[in-house]
Amino acid sequence: MSKTLYDKLWENHVVHQEADGTALLYIDRHLVHEVTSPQAFEGLKLAGRKPWRVSSIVATPDHNTPTDHWDEGIKDPISRQQVETLDANIREVGALAYFPFKDARMGILHVVGPENGATLPGMTVVCGDSHTSTHGAFACLAHGIGTSEVEHVLATQCLLQKKSKTMLIAVEGKLGKGVTGKDVALAIIGTIGTAGGTGYAIEFGGSAIRGLSMEGRMTLCNMAIEGGARMGFVAVDDKTVEYLKGRPFSPKGEVWANAVAYWRTLHSDAGAQFDRVVTLKAEEIRPQVTWGTSPEMVVAIDAVVPDPAKQTDPVKREGMERALQYMGLNPNTPMNQITIDKVFIGSCTNSRIEDLREAAGVLKGRHVAANVKLALAVPGSGLVKRQAEAEGLDKVFIAAGFEWREPGCSMCLAMNADRLEPGERCASTSNRNFEGRQGPGGRTHLVSPAMAAAAAIAGRFADVRDVL
Amino acid sequence: MDKFVRLEGLVAPLDRNNVDTDAIIPKQFLKSIKRSGFGPNAFDEWRYMDVGQPGQDNSGRPKNPNFVLNQPRYQGAEVLLTRANFGCGSSREHAPWALLDFGFKAIIAESFADIFFNNCYKNGIVPIVLPAAEVEALFKQVEATPGYKLVVDLQAQAVVRPDGYGISFQIDAFRKECLINGWDDIGLTLRHAEKIREFEEQRRINQPWLFA
Repeated sequence: MSKTLYDKLWENHVVHQEADGTALLYIDRHLVHEVTSPQAFEGLKLAGRKPWRVSSIVATPDHNTPTDHWDEGIKDPISRQQVETLDANIREVGALAYFPFKDARMGILHVVGPENGATLPGMTVVCGDSHTSTHGAFACLAHGIGTSEVEHVLATQCLLQKKSKTMLIAVEGKLGKGVTGKDVALAIIGTIGTAGGTGYAIEFGGSAIRGLSMEGRMTLCNMAIEGGARMGFVAVDDKTVEYLKGRPFSPKGEVWANAVAYWRTLHSDAGAQFDRVVTLKAEEIRPQVTWGTSPEMVVAIDAVVPDPAKQTDPVKREGMERALQYMGLNPNTPMNQITIDKVFIGSCTNSRIEDLREAAGVLKGRHVAANVKLALAVPGSGLVKRQAEAEGLDKVFIAAGFEWREPGCSMCLAMNADRLEPGERCASTSNRNFEGRQGPGGRTHLVSPAMAAAAAIAGRFADVRDVL
Repeated sequence: MDKFVRLEGLVAPLDRNNVDTDAIIPKQFLKSIKRSGFGPNAFDEWRYMDVGQPGQDNSGRPKNPNFVLNQPRYQGAEVLLTRANFGCGSSREHAPWALLDFGFKAIIAESFADIFFNNCYKNGIVPIVLPAAEVEALFKQVEATPGYKLVVDLQAQAVVRPDGYGISFQIDAFRKECLINGWDDIGLTLRHAEKIREFEEQRRINQPWLFA
């Protein structure tokens, strides 16, 4: 019988199954950061339990760490305590790899895992962070978990799971100039809605997805959760294998050959059935900008702010009105007339080398507009930062008026000092435009790195296709 | 985890779609390394007029009189009634911790985000999915009736209104059993420790690259 990629990944990890279908799934990789793990380590200790397999753990602090003045350490005492707690916990139990604060390989977990070859096709990858779906780009069964489940994985190397329904999102055709993985992700969420993927595992397929780089696929899978799906994945192909070759934790020699042979089977079989199929035409996707407080509140750059008066569902209409009030926007305003205060290029969605190259390509020889108070470029990891500097991208950002920062989650969720002030409007390459996400009262518009760079130069949202 | 069998509780309505976990508990409170004490900061940005900080005494902070959970008639509520896609966004378990600490033991919605839904069970909160029409009817009744209470009967898998009308809901048999008994998941899983060990050994042989 033809199987979906999800079927194959699922069946490869079932240890035990209850009568109602609840399964015990084996976990290959456990990514750990400072915010969602302290209570799990404490719970483990209180119960007198030991971690099952510490060689599954890759850990780094990322949410709380500052992105400047590293010589001064972490000034916020509560943030510092959380990072020190992670240090102490990992020192006590051990890990495959730990990249502490200021380590050359420290960074956002969802950037660090793949670039070190710690994320390999066919793995189950979990982390106390919803953007763990990122790792699905490598045909992994990867999703976010809560802290109780972090403890469960530490103690048992397993998770209790029920099988999800399957959805195939096929994007066929060729993406236009200036249209990126981020625009595809936002266009998909605009189509299926922020809860469209709830209860589903999404496979992204079609010629446009095969055409994306691994970085683009990571951006796409990262945003699966914003479409309601805990996990999104892409089948293995040459790009997957090529990306992993020679990474620090990638297999070597004969083991590599065996691994690749297995990885090549990680795709949906011809004729495999999905519970739902959604098809998009790549040519119809234009650069996207969100206008509201949910990622589904998104339009193309050449569109206008939607009018709630045209919405017939009263709950949705009220939600739109509330969002417009929070965002300080009027219906029918052209998106390219909305001015911005800050720009953020970074986050687990868009902080990889290709993202920085795309933004720098737009910024080269240009300068940030006078009305932009702050433009931040935050590489996803120490390795990305070093690579970007080797290519001279840091100089492009700095010459354009950007601040070139140290790696971390930064202004995506503003747990550190990088944040919006009330009322400030930001062109952001992150993943959530929720109320207060980037700072209380802050107004977030989600865009691709190239679109963020175009907005920085114009001082308002602008169509990147006009400046490429 | 406390057992959950049956609850008769005051209902508070939160009439919005897509309530995200950033709204349920804002990021600055995630710096805590404890599981408790998040209740005073549940819905912090909607509930208070100022910006809250971790470790602060919340008793003297100015409250937003327009936020529904600040209304006197909903004080002591144990059942939260809301709309679609409740708990979307971040996987932070601090969200159910905050709701539980606030006093909620059951949440009724048209739908829940997957990770939040799962996190509820780990903390003895019952997330109940009801059809949109039933949710709409409950909203009308709650708003019209001060002191409106619902019975959540987990054993019978039913929500019972004050007028005696019962609405049945679905729950996985395994999850129901865990809630009713207050079972610790980890303890249950470790009954299969031998099976896990065997599975792991096979895996180590067949896919050695996973064990580098």
